[in-house]
Amino acid sequence: MPALVRHLLWALLALVLVVALSLVIDPFTNVRLASVGYYLLAVAGLTVLTGLTGQVSLGHGAFLFLGAYTVGLLVIHAPALPIWVDLLAAAAVSGIAGALTGAAAARLHGPYLAGATLALAVGLPAVTQRFPELLGGSNGLGFTVSSLPPGLVGVVPTTRWQAWVVWATALLALVVLANLTTGPLGRQMRAVRDDEVSAALAGVRVGRTKVLAFLISAVCGGLAGGLQAFLLGTAAPGSFTPALSLALLAAVVLGGTGSLWGALWGAVALVYLQAGAEEFAHGFDLPTDVANFLPQAVYGVVLIVVVLVLPNGVHGVLRKFSRRRKESTV
Amino acid sequence: MPDLLTLAMGGLTNGAVYAALGLALVIIFRATRVVNFAQPALALVCAYLAFTVNRATGGYWLGLLVALVAGAVLGALTERLLIRPLRSRGNELAPVIVTLGLLLVLQAVCGMIWSAEPRSFPYAFDFRGAFSPASVFVVVTVVVVAGAVLLLFGATPLGLRLRAAALRPDVAGLLGVRVGLMLTIGWVLAAVVGALAGVLAAPPFLSPTVLDTVFVYALTAAVIGGLDNPVGTILGGFVLGVALSFVSGLLGPELVTLAALAVLVLVLSLRPHGLFGSSVARRV
Repeated sequence: MPALVRHLLWALLALVLVVALSLVIDPFTNVRLASVGYYLLAVAGLTVLTGLTGQVSLGHGAFLFLGAYTVGLLVIHAPALPIWVDLLAAAAVSGIAGALTGAAAARLHGPYLAGATLALAVGLPAVTQRFPELLGGSNGLGFTVSSLPPGLVGVVPTTRWQAWVVWATALLALVVLANLTTGPLGRQMRAVRDDEVSAALAGVRVGRTKVLAFLISAVCGGLAGGLQAFLLGTAAPGSFTPALSLALLAAVVLGGTGSLWGALWGAVALVYLQAGAEEFAHGFDLPTDVANFLPQAVYGVVLIVVVLVLPNGVHGVLRKFSRRRKESTV
Repeated sequence: MPDLLTLAMGGLTNGAVYAALGLALVIIFRATRVVNFAQPALALVCAYLAFTVNRATGGYWLGLLVALVAGAVLGALTERLLIRPLRSRGNELAPVIVTLGLLLVLQAVCGMIWSAEPRSFPYAFDFRGAFSPASVFVVVTVVVVAGAVLLLFGATPLGLRLRAAALRPDVAGLLGVRVGLMLTIGWVLAAVVGALAGVLAAPPFLSPTVLDTVFVYALTAAVIGGLDNPVGTILGGFVLGVALSFVSGLLGPELVTLAALAVLVLVLSLRPHGLFGSSVARRV
């Protein structure tokens, strides 16, 4: 079976599962399900850049920021456009930004790249303070996205429909990602990650591969940010702090660098670590300060423990386990 | 229009802090080839300890001393517990992730203990006017400390061992240098300088995220100067401080981080290892 067909079938199966799941859970959990969807896309994009190509980006939140504000501005100023046009625009805007970043970053290595991308994550949201009338200053933009098709109004609750849209978009993008990364481009990316000099000697165009990786991951980030804006109806600089960029990186590392399946575990962990820590803090009646900072502390501990104890992440553990089972049955 | 001299003087004071924090990054980078992303959080913990001591005793200097000692302890613990186990891994990403994890944990712990509310943090001296005693104190302290660190590395037997352990660990070990101890000393030294930077950067208000932007500028200074070049980093810190102060005063404070980013991108696209960094030939 060709890879494309296989990936499409997987995505279709996943969509059926998500739709089935969305029918049995309450509206609030549907929002969480949708959140896992857009985080999955963002983390998968970062996996391609950091895990497959070996370029550490500490500024991926900047691309989500661009996507969210693109959708927000289009919904407010061009309400006639359908949401899929807004999302395409979000992907295009952050794709352009990604290509520019990639072109500037292609010559940088390790710590220099990490520093430059961190500055991007800290610097870009400050643009909202520069143009307070257009971008809403530190309060950001608030808007309502009415995308529910007229035939479904009253039949399907809004949050369920939103979960469907988010997951359909994310899965479609993942099919493209899976196809790109299992093909020749994926091989070139891994070659660049493992040894740039050898890759160049073997005829891989290192700079071009890095720029492409940035472009691909920025498109995913922009789409994810756009989906977040679509879901939450807000775009505010406070949601795109450097802490978000670091949390995305934490998710990549937790899931297992270099595997798209790992992105799923990472995205689930992002949403449910946050929720779990909040519920824990609430359940044990912890002081507000402790409760507010608990998720961040958990992310930090997870990052350290994963690197020291499970260098291949959750997916690495699962793969080892399944391999062992296969060997024992043979 | 603000007075240019006032802007320049304010920039020098900020730049001194960037230079000190950048110097801490460079010391660690030279010793272990790791950019310590936990540096602002280590400095933050020290500044908060100084804050607590200040509150309890009402004096500035005992707080500063406690911060420096705490920096030394934290630096040694970080190196021994988190960085040492990764040395044999040979993976560029691992130490970045571990120090980022430590950053998140320490920042969260500070928030849990001292809350996210900004706490007022005292200056060492009177801070009013362009040439205030407080500004002069910051600049002079950083210049003296930076000079002392350079002397330590360049002109003492300990400095020679530190450089040897960083440059050729195997050979240094064969010649009787205790490489592990030297790496720990490097981290201790850096964390003490970082703690000093934290205490100097904290006034007027201390909050869990107050050092984030300072760290970005310090990293920018270190990257401009070349991560393995202490003199370049110190100069970079001062130049960046003055430049950003002009941007803030003449164009608007919201553009400062973007200006730092622009400087970083410009410098790095011309010289990928910084203005004064020793470039390693690895292109084909």
